[in-house]
Order: sequence, then structure tokens, then C-alpha cells
Amino acid sequence: MSTTTGEAEKQAEVAGIRAKRRARVAWAFLTPALIVTAFVALYPLCDTLYLSLTNTRLGSEEPARFVGLSNYVELAHDGFFLDALLLTVLFAVITVVLELALGLGIALLLDARFKGRSAVRAAMLVPWAIPTAVSTQMWKWMYNDVYGVFNDVLVNRLGLLSEPIAFTADPRTSLPAAVLVDVWKTTPFVALLLLAGLQLIPRELYEAARVDGATRLQAFTRITLPLLRPALLVALVFRTLDALRVFDVFYVMFGSRPDMQTLATYAHEILVSISDVGYGSAVSTAIFLVIAVFIVIYIALFQRRDT
Amino acid sequence: MKARGVARRAAFGMAVVFLVVYLVFPFGWALVSSFKTNAELFSLPARFWPEHPTLEHYRRVLANDDFLRAALNSVLVASSVTLVSLAIGALAAFALGRYRFRGRSLVLYVILSMTLFPQIAVLGALFQLVNALGLYNRLPALTLTYLVFTLPFTIWVLTGFLEAVPVEIEEAAYMDGASPLQLFAKIMLPLAAPGMVTTGLLSFIAAWNELLFALSFMQTPDKRTVTHAILSFSATTSSAFEVPWGQMMAASVLVTTPLVLLALVFQRRIIAGLTAGAVKG
Repeated sequence: MSTTTGEAEKQAEVAGIRAKRRARVAWAFLTPALIVTAFVALYPLCDTLYLSLTNTRLGSEEPARFVGLSNYVELAHDGFFLDALLLTVLFAVITVVLELALGLGIALLLDARFKGRSAVRAAMLVPWAIPTAVSTQMWKWMYNDVYGVFNDVLVNRLGLLSEPIAFTADPRTSLPAAVLVDVWKTTPFVALLLLAGLQLIPRELYEAARVDGATRLQAFTRITLPLLRPALLVALVFRTLDALRVFDVFYVMFGSRPDMQTLATYAHEILVSISDVGYGSAVSTAIFLVIAVFIVIYIALFQRRDT
Repeated sequence: MKARGVARRAAFGMAVVFLVVYLVFPFGWALVSSFKTNAELFSLPARFWPEHPTLEHYRRVLANDDFLRAALNSVLVASSVTLVSLAIGALAAFALGRYRFRGRSLVLYVILSMTLFPQIAVLGALFQLVNALGLYNRLPALTLTYLVFTLPFTIWVLTGFLEAVPVEIEEAAYMDGASPLQLFAKIMLPLAAPGMVTTGLLSFIAAWNELLFALSFMQTPDKRTVTHAILSFSATTSSAFEVPWGQMMAASVLVTTPLVLLALVFQRRIIAGLTAGAVKG
């Protein structure tokens, strides 16, 4: 009896030593990744938060001082910042709604079996693979106020407009012009994500619904939408985060035009062009806060529905 | 009933055709425009097909040293980022996919939250870091900072791949007296090869497409990447007042075609990687 417990203890001890050794090996393999992560992400994140509480300027002779929340107080009265905030949120809401609706439509279309489906799926990757900076240039050429293909079709061929529109210069069409580029570029990603979700839904469910006399609309609202919810949520979160930090489209399309700055282009301008690292870090942190607000709203909405 | 079926199929076919046109038109229009003469580009009504196709714009773009330099820079940055993040990512994924230890889920959460992380939020601190390391206006600054968005994704996808390897393979290797490093290099790495192709492609494309850091950390024209160079096209050409749309479209086609081809050739892998990364999260 005593020998068996002794042996069991010994075995447990050996197992414990082995587990410890395995853990040490695991951490050794993780070390390079942890160092890089700490270096380029965790430290900069904390540093940005700290810098936002100082008046750090790059290349300034004076040492940086801790200024408390005064950068944030200034933000609240900064008209450019508030405009950028409004524009960014507006852009995010419009693009995310359009991309999810359009993405769902495309995913449903591609969920059907038809000849050439894989070719269409391949075509979906074209907008996604093109760098945003480049595709924005391509769209700018199509938007051109004199020689652009859109004006050509609308004015000369269809006669819908009496004179051409300067899509990217006219304040009324500037935001829609940027929205279209973003929707074109990222809807394929949403559609592919939702398509992957659709293909997880067992076909038998639809069969059963049909046998029970459900209409297509009923099958869609009672089966497809509820089962697609996880994929929809992922697409919603991914797209919202991406839209709130939008930089490339606006920077390439509008440059430093004051009425078309997003939070990210404004932060970039202050950090890089003006070298005001303290205030720019406060803008960066504000982007983080805006994103956090959206995530809290999503969690609240989706959890309430769950209970 | 039959007529309705036909109408339905016609509507479906039209929707598919419309979708494909919508997806490829902007690239197609850039392609067509890049072969037009200036006279044709700037004439109304626009022609949908070049009457006198010309390679003049391509010739000019390829004679532009700044552009060629930018293409080389992009290749250097994108491949170095991809290699570094595959190397570091595979090591980390081996630990996370094959070992159970305290702190494992914390590490996974940190990595997952990094994939959602806005780059602009660390721009200020990275700007200072790059300056402090003496990397401002030097390409390694981009290799280093691009890891912010390539590494988490690489680790996440490769961990999934290595988790799926049956435990018997690992046990057999240990029976044969293999060390953890040998197990990793000789057995796990080859098994994760398909995942490495997927994540490598996605890293390369993400690095190739990046603009914000390239714009912020590089200053002189010889350090620009293609996304930055494409913006400064007007400055390098003869007439300062007219945007050289033909050359811009030719340059756009040149920097885009390799990516589009990669995406088409590896479409299954890329779609799997894109959706796996997201669906698991």
C-alpha cells in the first residue's frame, strides 16, 4: 500500500517536472514573438497614452512636460477634430451598412451552385488585392470632372446630367465618392466571410422548412439570418474597426482638404507634418476610445438579444 | 411556371454578370486607359477601346528611376516582413498549438486583440521609436513596424494549423529521441507548409499595400514604396499642371498585376486564410 502511494507520488512528481519542462520549452519558443509584440505594439500603445498627457514635440529644444488632460480639453474645443470625428463616424456607419447589405446579397447569390462560380469567386479577390492607394487613384480617374468615364456616361451617353460633376471636389459628392471606393474594395471580403458562414448551414434545414410549407422569405428570416449571426457579427466588428481608422482613401482622394479629414488623417497630419507628438497622441487615443464605444454598443445590442 | 423559371434564371444570370463587371471594371478601365494615347485619353466622348494602342506610358514609367526604386523598395520590405513574421510566427505557433501551459490563453487573447488594433493608435510612439533607433528614412523601419499587423495574423492562423496535427506524430518523434527543436523543424514545419504559404501571401500583400507607415517613416524619394510613389506621380513628370493620368494608370497596372495574379492563382488558399482568420475570432 505504502509502496503504491509512493510510486504514485513519484509518478505525479515526474509528471509535474515534465509539465514544467514543457512549459519552459513553450515559453522559449514564444520569446521572439513576445519581444517583438512588446516592442512594436504593447510599449507603443502605453507610450502613446503617456505621450498624450505631455506636450512632447519632435525636434523641440525644451524638454517635454507632463500636462495632464489639457490635450484632451483642447480636443473638445478643436473644430477640426470635431469635424473629423463626425465625418469618420458618418463614413463608418454608411460604409458598414452598405457593405453588410451588399455583402449579404452577393453571398446569397454565390451560395447557389452555377457554372463559373469559382471564376466569380476569383473575381471577388481583384478589388481586395489592389492597394487602396492605387485603387483610389483608379477611381479618381473615373471620377475626373472632364474626362472621367462616369461623367462621360452620365452626360454624353445617358443624358442624365446636363453638365459634368466634379465628384471629388464638390462638397456634396465628396463623401459619397469616398464611400463608393471603400464599398467596392471591401464588400468582397464581407461577402466571402458571409459565404463561408452560409456554407456551414445544413441544407437539410431548408428541405425541412420547405416540407413544412415555409416560404423562401420565412426560410431566410427564420433559418438563414439567425444561423448567420456569428459571421455577421464578425464582419460587423471587423468592418467597423477598419472604417473608423480609415486613412488611405481620404488621404489619396482629398489630401489636406480641411473639410475632408478623418480622425486618422488628422492624427497623421499633426504627428508627422506638425511634429506635435503630444497632441497627435491624444487624437490617436481618441480613435481608440471611439472604437471602444462602438464595441461596447455592439456587445450591449447583441447580448440583449441573446437573453 | 416554366416561363417563371426562365425569367428567374435570366435575372440570376444578369445579377452575376453585373457583379463581375462591378468587381473588375475599375481595374479594367485603368488597363484600357493605360494603352491609350494622350490624345485619346483627353478627348470626348470617351472611347471604350483604344483606337491606337500604345506602350508609351509604360515606357515612360519604366524609364522613371524613382518608380523603379520604389518597386524595388516594396519588394524588399514586403519580402523581409513576410520572412521575419513567418519565422517568428511559426516558432510562437508551435508553442501555442502543441503545448498546454499557464498563460497560453492570455497570450492568445493579446495576439487576437492585436489583429483588431488600429495602426494609427501607435503611430506617435512608433514615430519616436523609429527615430530613437536611428531608423528614420531607412527601410528596416518599415520591416520592423509592419510586424504590428503581419505577426498576429500569422501566429493566429499557423496555431490553428499546428493544433490540428495528430498527437501520435509528436509522440513518435519523441520516442525516436527527437528534441523539441528537431520536432519543430523536421516534422511540424513541413506539416504547416500550406498554412505558411497562405499567411505568407497575406503578409506580403498587406505589406505591399501599406501606406500610413510608409508615408510617415520615409522621407526621401529613394525610400518610397509603391503606394507612396503612385501618389507623387505628378511631381516627376514634365508638365506640373496636368496630372499624367496615362502614366499613373500604367504604373497602377504594373504595381497591381503581380498581386492580382497571386490572388487568382492562390485564390482557394487566400479565401480560406481570410475567412479562417475571421471566423475563428
